[in-house]
Formats: sequence, structure tokens, C-alpha cells
Amino acid sequence: MTAPVVPLGAESAPAATRKGPRLGRARYFVRRLAFYLVAAWIAITLNFLLPRLMPGDPASVLIAQMQGRTALSGDMIASIYRLFGNPSEPLWDQYLTYLGQVFRLDFGLSVAFYPTPVWEVISAALPWTIGLVGVVAVVSFLFGTAGGILAGGRAGSKLDSVATPGAMFMTALPTFWIALLFVLVLGFQLAWLPTGGAYDPDLEPGLSGAFLGSVVTHAILPALTIAMGWAATWYIGMRNMMITTVSEDYVLLARAKGLSKGTVLFRYAARNAMLPSVAGFAVNLGNVVGGQLLVEAVYAYPGVGYLLFQSVASVDYPLMQALFLMVSLSVLAANFLADSVYGLIDPRARETGS
Amino acid sequence: MSHVPERYEDELLSEEPLSDELLSDELLSGELLSVEGLSVDYFDRAEPVHAVRDVRLGVRRGETLGVVGESGCGKSTLVTALTRLERPPAVITAGSALYRPREGEPVDLLRADERQLSALRWRHLAIVFQSAMNALNPVHRLGAQFVDVLRAQRGLSKKEAQERAGELLGLVGIPADRLRAYPHELSGGMRQRATIALALACEPELVVMDEPTTAVDVVMQRQILKQIGKLQAEFGFSVVFVTHDLSLLIEIADRIAVMYAGRVVEVGPARQLYENPAHPYTAALRNAFPPLRGPRRPLTGIPGSPPGLRHPPAGCAFHPRCASRFAPCDTEEPELLPAGAGEAACHLPTHADAPRTEEAPDATD
Amino acid sequence: MSVDAAAVAARGGFRLPENRKVRAGLALLSLFVLLALLGPFVVEDVFGMSATAIDTSASMQPPSSAHLLGTTATGEDVLAQLVVGSRISLLVGLTAAVISTTLSVLVGVAGGYLGGRPDALLTVVTNVSLVIPSLPLLVIVASYVKGRGGWLTVALIIGLTSWPWGARGKRAQTLSLRRRDFVLAAEMTGESRWWIITRELIPTLAPLISASFLGAVVLSMFADAGLAFMGLGNINLTSWGSMLYWAQNASALPRGAWWWFVPPGACIALVGLAAGLVNFGIDEIANPRLRRANRDIRRAAKAAAKRAHRENS
Repeated sequence: MTAPVVPLGAESAPAATRKGPRLGRARYFVRRLAFYLVAAWIAITLNFLLPRLMPGDPASVLIAQMQGRTALSGDMIASIYRLFGNPSEPLWDQYLTYLGQVFRLDFGLSVAFYPTPVWEVISAALPWTIGLVGVVAVVSFLFGTAGGILAGGRAGSKLDSVATPGAMFMTALPTFWIALLFVLVLGFQLAWLPTGGAYDPDLEPGLSGAFLGSVVTHAILPALTIAMGWAATWYIGMRNMMITTVSEDYVLLARAKGLSKGTVLFRYAARNAMLPSVAGFAVNLGNVVGGQLLVEAVYAYPGVGYLLFQSVASVDYPLMQALFLMVSLSVLAANFLADSVYGLIDPRARETGS
Repeated sequence: MSHVPERYEDELLSEEPLSDELLSDELLSGELLSVEGLSVDYFDRAEPVHAVRDVRLGVRRGETLGVVGESGCGKSTLVTALTRLERPPAVITAGSALYRPREGEPVDLLRADERQLSALRWRHLAIVFQSAMNALNPVHRLGAQFVDVLRAQRGLSKKEAQERAGELLGLVGIPADRLRAYPHELSGGMRQRATIALALACEPELVVMDEPTTAVDVVMQRQILKQIGKLQAEFGFSVVFVTHDLSLLIEIADRIAVMYAGRVVEVGPARQLYENPAHPYTAALRNAFPPLRGPRRPLTGIPGSPPGLRHPPAGCAFHPRCASRFAPCDTEEPELLPAGAGEAACHLPTHADAPRTEEAPDATD
Repeated sequence: MSVDAAAVAARGGFRLPENRKVRAGLALLSLFVLLALLGPFVVEDVFGMSATAIDTSASMQPPSSAHLLGTTATGEDVLAQLVVGSRISLLVGLTAAVISTTLSVLVGVAGGYLGGRPDALLTVVTNVSLVIPSLPLLVIVASYVKGRGGWLTVALIIGLTSWPWGARGKRAQTLSLRRRDFVLAAEMTGESRWWIITRELIPTLAPLISASFLGAVVLSMFADAGLAFMGLGNINLTSWGSMLYWAQNASALPRGAWWWFVPPGACIALVGLAAGLVNFGIDEIANPRLRRANRDIRRAAKAAAKRAHRENS
């Protein structure tokens, strides 16, 4: 398949214009930022439209559901109508009040954790997911890319002929199913590692060694599950690009110059081969996040994914909606970060501005 | 400015006679590089493809040897094999390439190990690639690509290397401030001249140029060729100049080797080879390109297309496209034998009963 | 994969590629299609097994001669469920892939061919849809739909959310075809844009489209299984995804009932692997540099180099 070689949205720009590098760089970042702001606005608007376009009347369902548990105040009912649609109000007015509410991070009360406000529920889960994804992203990028450089730089070598089919196999497996296998074998049958939660519930949360140790052991399996798939994706992309890149003239020229093997492999081949991987980060991130959400559900890891699972089980629309928004916005932010890195490592990207 | 590198300065100043031993070696061969029986196979399917077969070539000191042929004739494979940049699936299966540096022992390039090669690279043996767009690392500034080799091969400090890089760019008429530019910020002609300056960074004795002017327009091509000639006169390196354009070679080459289907089919002094080709393929090539100077003459294309190297024709590989073919051509492969002022691999000069054709083969055939 | 290789393949008519990976992948896929088509008849009518017959006396039995793959918590036969479930899983995957491939071809080829403003608009739409993560979106839509419309709705939702990735690739490939002779010739003769897109461009891109279709089938099956696993979509129809959901729901894991969730997951993985093999094989056909990384070829080259070295010295 054709590897995307430029960040999303940068490809329709016309050919390079001779502008000062600094101006080009600022322009590149502004363009990327504008794109992601538009994407964020669309995600927020989608979140507004979905319950209003769906068959049935989610707001009434929700109100009925909540009234089964407790008496709802008028304010609460109004808030639900603002978030999920009030048939008696014009759509545009609803949209404006909805936007106001979203910017105040007021997503109403959770059904599953009634009567905790949705934002509080999410704030408690977010650090776990961000910590896990952050560590996994760095580790899998380092391992996958390094492996891809070595295997692609010496295609057909022993490493290549073992690791490449292995990585292919990894990318073909559904992540949450691997999680299930891990839980069965490593968690229950061998009992090596804990498989539920983020820490030992018997321990008092704090900065004690025992507590931190339990945080680490609880994170190993979920992290390993996600990292394997992610590293395999990085690995294959990098390996294939390396194979193409090592035959490029500039790599041949570097060899002809008699530069050391390491210089040729890293400064010339790998430095160029990794550009499509970074540019394609956005495309992969969506899939990885999907996998991450399901994996958290399997391990009952108290992050955003497990919350999503719980919100589905208890038909908690306010929580679901807010989660969709938070996950989307985080992914957009991560993508902007990746594009910024791309702008720094590929001098040509900064020149494509219109 | 005309910075003469130290080594050449020594040469110019030294009035000492050469030692007898060196002198006789010079007289005997006069060759900087002698290639014998070079064969390169490609293993990209079950059966190997013979991309270069039994090539014999000599490059004399200070001369320009032109290598010409259509695309797919094996000339680029020859370049990568000579510079030992071949990569799997290309494998050098036979031959030797004896390189005689001014100082030090002769080395067979084809049998040199990595250590010997890295001692030769760029200090003795440099290369200029076809497409300068791809020959420069797109993510590093131009200066960095001079500095890395000057530091590695010359042991210069970063600052010295920067200065030297500026001087080198000056040799090809590029202002030194362009060292801060990325390759994509330079024009095509500038990029190409920069790669030529880069090749001269360590004052090599042999520069292999693989179609260095194909990617630029005719005016720029002229300028670059002139510049190469000037630099060669100044520094005295030898050039192997590979191209598909015979009329271009006649402008710059001392001798020319013509390749067809992986073999050298004719080699000889440039002018004689051009005016009096012994091989019908050389004649056909000449008639297919307009001369850069002199009277215009009608152009005739070469009928048919170059043979696939996977299944080359039997006998002389050119016979299906040759207007002068006769009895032995489709069965016996001719050897490279003396003909005219040079050598040719053709049955015509060696067979008394060969048909006489003065006319070039017709494109409408 | 390069458009040139694809264009050659398209104009030369369809031939089964010689690449071993492609053949193995296609064989494996055919096997699953056969299983989905014929399997349910064989299992239900020939062997008289049932995927839904509840037998509380045989709850969570490990594999035995009576139940080759054991039973579920309610005593249903896992093998029968696996075979019957293949039908829904493949059906959802295929339907969603048809929807998403059609959309991606229309958006990608039209954008790439038309250029200018329509292209700019389509590109922004594609890219925005691409960066909004699809699983949370799927979950929300699916939970609003609440299982109405059965498997078709699920396929529709998956298809409608998974097209952007393919559209991006097809736009890039169309761009490289735009100035080709056969397109220009059609423009000269005054053919309409629609005609050129449907009669010239799409047939030329057919091999690429079919490769990306396979990828879409697998991603849709993954998405379907993921949704079912979260309890959304078709949990009351027998499918590989719903098997996983019920296994998880009945605590098959802590109870060590591996036979309940390993087979459906393995089937999904095998389909994924088959499509992966085909795509990797096509990459090798299209990109000779990747083919050269092939181990057999490396070995032959190495042996020749050694031989040459011996003979020389």
C-alpha cells in the first residue's frame, strides 16, 4: 500500500515557494493548527448532532432513567435537554447553549456513577489512560523503529526473516483477543501478574514503594498487549521504508564517501526512512486508541476505555458523549504534536505552504 | 580564487624524476584502473540475470573514458560494481579491477575488503550520481554533507571542514552561503554542480560520473561539462563518464567504450570511434543523436528495442536490430578484437565475406 | 503499491499472481468463505448439531468426543456456534467493506481526478474523518441505535465510519494517473468526467481497490467483534464477536474455559492473517526492492558470491 508521506492535509498544498525557512516553518505550524482546530470543531459539532439525529429521543430516555433513581431538579433536566436535544427549541439556540456548556466542561451527571458529575468521573480515569498510552507510545516507537532499521538495513538477515513474519502475525490479531489470552495464561493459569485494576485495592494509594510497585505490576500486561501491536505496526512500516531507502542514491553516495556504517545507516537511511512513519502517525493513532479502549475493558484498567465499557453497559449517555469528545480531542492534540515533530525533522514540509 | 590542493601543489613543484620502477609501470600500462573480465549477475529470481559480462576496460591517468549505451545495457551496474557499491541482488561473479594509486600498492577493487575499500573511498575514488535531487540527503543542509566526509576522510575540524566546503563550492561557482541551504532549496543545476564539488572534496584520482547532466537543461549541461573539463585540467583526476548520449561524449571523452546487452562491443579513441565506427551499433547510436556542433544531419532511430537481459538473443546480441547482419551473427557471439583504431566485438571486420554496407540502418526497417 | 504495476495488471486481465504469500492468503480466505457458505448446512443438517440448543446438564464442558470444542455456560456446542457464527461475521465484514470501499473509491478517485475546489473540499472531509477516532464514534452510534436493524445496521455504521483511510490512498493513486495517455485520450474524445472515472480510472485501479477491499473486510470484522465484545451490535445473533462477549460475560476466563473464546478469536485472527499475507504479497509484486529482501533470493546471491570468490582466488 502507498505509505502516506506527508501529514494529513498538507498534501494538497502547491509546490514549494522560495520563502525564508523561518517564515515557512511558522506558516507550517499555523496551517497544521488551523486544520486540527477545524477537526476539533467538527468533532464537537458531531457530538451535538448525533443524539439529535438518532431515532428516538435520548433526552427523554435519560430523564426517565434518572428519575427512576432520584428526584431530578429543574436545573438537571434543563442540562440534559441542552446536551441531548430539546424538541421544542430551535436547533441553532440549542447549539449555542451546548457549546457554552462544553466549554465549561459541564457534561451533566453520570448515570452509572450517579450522582457524580461526568467531568469528575473522567478526570479520575484520564491520568491512568494517558500514563499507560504515553509510556507505551514511547517504548513501542523506540523498539519498533529500532527493529525496523536493523531488519530493513539488512533485509533477508536472520533478524529480518524471524521478526518480519512475527510482526505481520501480530498486526493481524485483534488486540483485545490477545488481551484475553494474556489474562488466561499469564494471569490465571501461571498467575505471574495481576490482571484487573490499576493497583492492589488492599494498599493505601500514596507514594509508598509497595503501592507504586503494584501500579507497575498492574500496568505490565495492558501495556505489553498494546505495545506489541503498536510496535509491530511501527516495525513493518520502518522496515519496508528502510528497504526502499537503502537503495536511494543519497545512501549509495554516503557509502561511496566511506562514512562509517552507523553514519550511513542512521544519519542517511533511517533519518529519511522514518519520515513516512511519523507522517502516518495520525492514521495509526485512531486504530491504536480503539485497541487501547478494548484492552482496558478486558483488564478492567480504570482508564477511559474501561469507563466507555461501563457507560455502554449502563446506557450512560452523558458519560459516553463526554468520553467521545475527550478521546477525540486528545487524539487531535497528539496528532498536532506528531505533525509538529514532522515539521521539525523534514525541512521540505515547512516549504509546502500556499 | 584557485585553491590548489596540497597534493597537486607538490606535484607541480616537484622536479624530481620519477623512480625507474614507477616509470616502467607507467610506461607499461599507463593505466590508473585496469578492469578485466568483470561480470555482474542479478539474483532477483531463481535464474540469475547476467547484467554485465566479461568487461575489459582501462582508464588512463588524467583521461576521460566515456561509457555509452542505451538504458538497460548494464552501464549503471558497471558503475556500482567498479565503485563497489553493488547491493544484493547484484553480485560480482568474476573479474578484477586493478587500481594503481600514485602512492601505495596497487589494489584489486573487486577483491578489496571493507577496510581497504574505506581507505580508498572518496580519497581516491569518488562518484557523481545521475540525479542530484536524489544524490543529496534531503534532510541535511548542503554544508553538513561536505563536512561529514571531510571530517571522516580528512580529519578536519568542523570549522576547517566548513571553510573547505565553501572553497569547494567556489570551484563550481556556487556562493559559500548556500552551504546553509537544504537540497530542495537549490535549483537543479546548482544541485548537480554541488555534487561535483562534493566529489572533489578529497582530491580523488578517479571520479565516476553516472549521467551527471541528464537531469539539467542543455545550457546548464554545457556549463557543467565545461566546468568538469576545467577542474580536470586543474587537478588531473581521471573521469569515467557514463551516459546514453554519444554526441555528448565526443565533446569531452578521450576514449569511448560502447556497451550493449551487458558487454563492451566497441572501444577506441573518441574521434576515430565516432567518425569511423567499427560496430554497426556504434554507427546506429551516432545517427540517433544530433551532434552538439558541426553540420546537422538527418537523425535515424535504432529499430527495435534493447534486448531483455533475462533472455538475450543468441549469437551477437545486437543481431535482431542490425542491418548488416549475416551468416554467423545469430549463432556465434563475436569477441572483442582489434578493429580500426580500437577494438570491436563484431563479425564484420573479421569476415572477408561479410556484406559491405555503407548506409546506416533505416529506422523504417 | 505502485500504480504502474497495478495498471499493467489491470490491462493484462486477471491472472492469479505467482507470489506464494498471495496464493496462501487467497486459499485461506476461500476456505473461510466456503465455511460460511456451506458450514452451517453441514453442521446443522448433516451432523444434526445446533448452535443455540441449550443443555444445562452439559455446562462449560471441555472438548470431548460429544462436543469437539466443548460447550458454553448454557451447554451450547462451541463448534456449531463457531461454524454458524462465521456467516454473520463474514457477512458484516463483507457488507461494511463494500460500503466503505465504494465510498472511498468515489471520494478518492473523484477528488484526485477533478482537482481544484472539489478535491480540496473532499480532502478536508477525508482528513477530518480520518483523525476523529472511529471506535468511540462507533460505540456511541451503536448504543443510540440499540440493536435496531440487526447486523445490517452494524455493517452500515462500520462502513460509514471506515472509508477515509482508503479514500486517501486512492486519491494519491488517481493523481498519478491523471496525466496518463489513456485519460488524456478519453478527454480529447469528449468523454464525460463520470465516464472517465467509471470506465477508465476505476478499472485501472481495480487491483489496488481489491487489495484495499480485503483490508477493509478484516478491519470491519475486527470492529464488529470489538463492538460485540462491548455488548453492542449483534450479541443475540451467533457470531464470533458475540461468542467472545458471552464468554467474557460468563467469566469464561477465570473459570479457565479457553475453548469458548480461543476458537472465535483464532478464526478472526486467521482471516486477518490471510488478508495480511495477500497485502504483503502484493507489496512484494509491486515493489521489487521488497521482493529482493526475499530470503531464497538472498541465499542464491550469497552462494554465487562465495563461488565467485573461490574461483577468483
